[in-house]
Amino acid sequence: MAFKIIVCAKQVPDTNEIKIDPVTKTLVREGVPSILNHDDANALEEALKIKDAYPDTTITVVTMGPPQAKDMLIECLAMGADDGVLLSDRALGGSDTWATSNAIAAAINKIGDYDLIFAGRQAIDGDTAQVGPQIAEKLGLPQVTYVAEFSMSDDKKHITVKRALEDGYELIKINTPCMLTAIKELNTPRYMSIGGIFDAVRKDIPTWGAKELGVNTDKEVGLEASPTNVFRSFTPAPKGKGMIIEADTEKELADKLLINLKSKHII
Amino acid sequence: MAICVINEKCKGCKLCIKACPFDAIYMEGKLAVINEKCTACKQCIAACKFDAIEDTGEEEGPVDLSAYKHVWVYAEQRAGKLMNVALELIGEGRRLAREISDDTKVYAVLIGDGISGLASECFEFGADGVYLIENPLLANFTTDGYTKVLYDAVKAYKPEIVLFGATHIGRDLAPRVAARLSTGLTADCTRLDVKVSSYIDYANKNTTLDTSTLDPASDDKGLKQTRPAFGGNLMATIVCPRTRPQMSTVRPGVMTRRERVPGATGDIVNVNVSLAENDIRTKIVEIVKSAKEIVSLTDADIICSGGRGLGDPSGFELIRKFAAKVGGVVGSSRAAVDAGWIDHSHQVGQTGTTVKPKIYFACGISGAIQHLAGMQTSDIIVAINKDPEAPIFEVADYGIVGDLYKVIPQIIDEWDGADELYEATVH
Repeated sequence: MAFKIIVCAKQVPDTNEIKIDPVTKTLVREGVPSILNHDDANALEEALKIKDAYPDTTITVVTMGPPQAKDMLIECLAMGADDGVLLSDRALGGSDTWATSNAIAAAINKIGDYDLIFAGRQAIDGDTAQVGPQIAEKLGLPQVTYVAEFSMSDDKKHITVKRALEDGYELIKINTPCMLTAIKELNTPRYMSIGGIFDAVRKDIPTWGAKELGVNTDKEVGLEASPTNVFRSFTPAPKGKGMIIEADTEKELADKLLINLKSKHII
Repeated sequence: MAICVINEKCKGCKLCIKACPFDAIYMEGKLAVINEKCTACKQCIAACKFDAIEDTGEEEGPVDLSAYKHVWVYAEQRAGKLMNVALELIGEGRRLAREISDDTKVYAVLIGDGISGLASECFEFGADGVYLIENPLLANFTTDGYTKVLYDAVKAYKPEIVLFGATHIGRDLAPRVAARLSTGLTADCTRLDVKVSSYIDYANKNTTLDTSTLDPASDDKGLKQTRPAFGGNLMATIVCPRTRPQMSTVRPGVMTRRERVPGATGDIVNVNVSLAENDIRTKIVEIVKSAKEIVSLTDADIICSGGRGLGDPSGFELIRKFAAKVGGVVGSSRAAVDAGWIDHSHQVGQTGTTVKPKIYFACGISGAIQHLAGMQTSDIIVAINKDPEAPIFEVADYGIVGDLYKVIPQIIDEWDGADELYEATVH
């Protein structure tokens, strides 16, 4: 029986490459490469592993973003995904996580008949980890976040996952259809294949806007519909000099350091 | 209600009832009727073969913001023990409540089974009241179970603000609850303000923000939620002006607990729980506590690096012991690599690996520019060096001037007892 996976992915700026203009104190984004978000690559890889095991699996990657996000979809296709869908429309711009999840949930409903939705836990530009669970909520699906290990029964109905916690993990059983969000411990994403790249650039990738999605641009998507707005944004003040720990003995120095680290929840 | 049944078209086939994830449709005679559990998810519209359900786009009218009052803190507990972040948020929630008005209270929301004993701890750390949500099905955290009872409680009691710790559980639960409530949620906040004047104070002290356009006398009492984005390169303050409650997850460790007041008490509200076994669609097989695995330099949460100050190659024996104890990875300066004391793969810096761990221990490292370039964005830098003038102390959050061969063994010895050391200072 065919198995249909939808992977939610995002094209993000490589935040390691972002610099602050020392004069204007604003983000310098020119020349910063755009990449497939790391956790999303893990989500796609796990879907591809399922496809390796069950070749009648189909994988559709959905992303929302500017037109150039299509490049990331081509990368996903070249890794082995079957189809890509780009949600791109001025009317979707300025969406917060709530509005974004409305658009993506509408796209997933339009694709339909899915068995599994895989997303990355969070994107490195916003770091919210909210869109995955909010899509699941809008689709009425059960979810497991922070998935570090995945296995599925041969009838493809029962999934067992390891959910990472700060101090260990939970082993959780969940039935399809469901939403899972991946973390980097889950797998190592594969590279694009030469043949995959060749096929990917020839593939038709549809672009859906608010009209195709059938979403209300006043109430469901976009800046106006979003419950949260940016009030102000700014760059943090440069890091000042820290504290020198002083004590009479090495033991006291060690104790004071550990108490400080503990009180700030660093350890 | 935005989703409506068109009575003339409804055939009474019940496909919509099957499709509805929220139990929001029932039959009245041969017609489907949508009740108040509807979240406008539109599953029924997709399922209906007769176009008999439509989205009218009408809302229930603008949200009456004044109907929402008080600050709630999701007091996360695991296995009957409150998380530190819950106590921090009770303290922070109390501060915010008093900024709103003198009669605004902070409530801790306890969800679990047999956890009523935790209420006194919530009171002692500053909660005015406790909402107690207990049921055997809530013994362990499940997304479905906890979302349902918390959503029901918010609907019933209408808090103005709900705060969660940004833990693996808080970040699973909060977005689900916020989406069901169709309200805003801001992730991983590191600063919260109600009064514009306190926001201005914060911004002037800690940021580059030009606050001249803000009016300190403004009567705006909306929650200003400040969080890092773009890997900490940018900060954004988020507001939620039109919907309630205002919801945030807050990073553990950034807010401070109030001093404990032994014997403090408050009101306990027992919340009615409506929850069935089949509401919970995941099954926990087991919960395992374990130490973290050791990973590569770029992925490491903790790095213990040694430099020329070690004196000779055997110094890395101590660094390895240190790393093993704290669950970290061994790094080094270029000087130590150039001296042949350790392999290049351990080198941190411009010509080595760039790292951003949660804690970077720089041991006997002077702090050459090329080394700083590879590690100065670490969350916390601890420097141990004999030379008080070493440049590494300019970027260190914590500096210890001393003999690393004497200090590090002490840290190794005390590491496992850090909890007790800390508890002894706060209780």
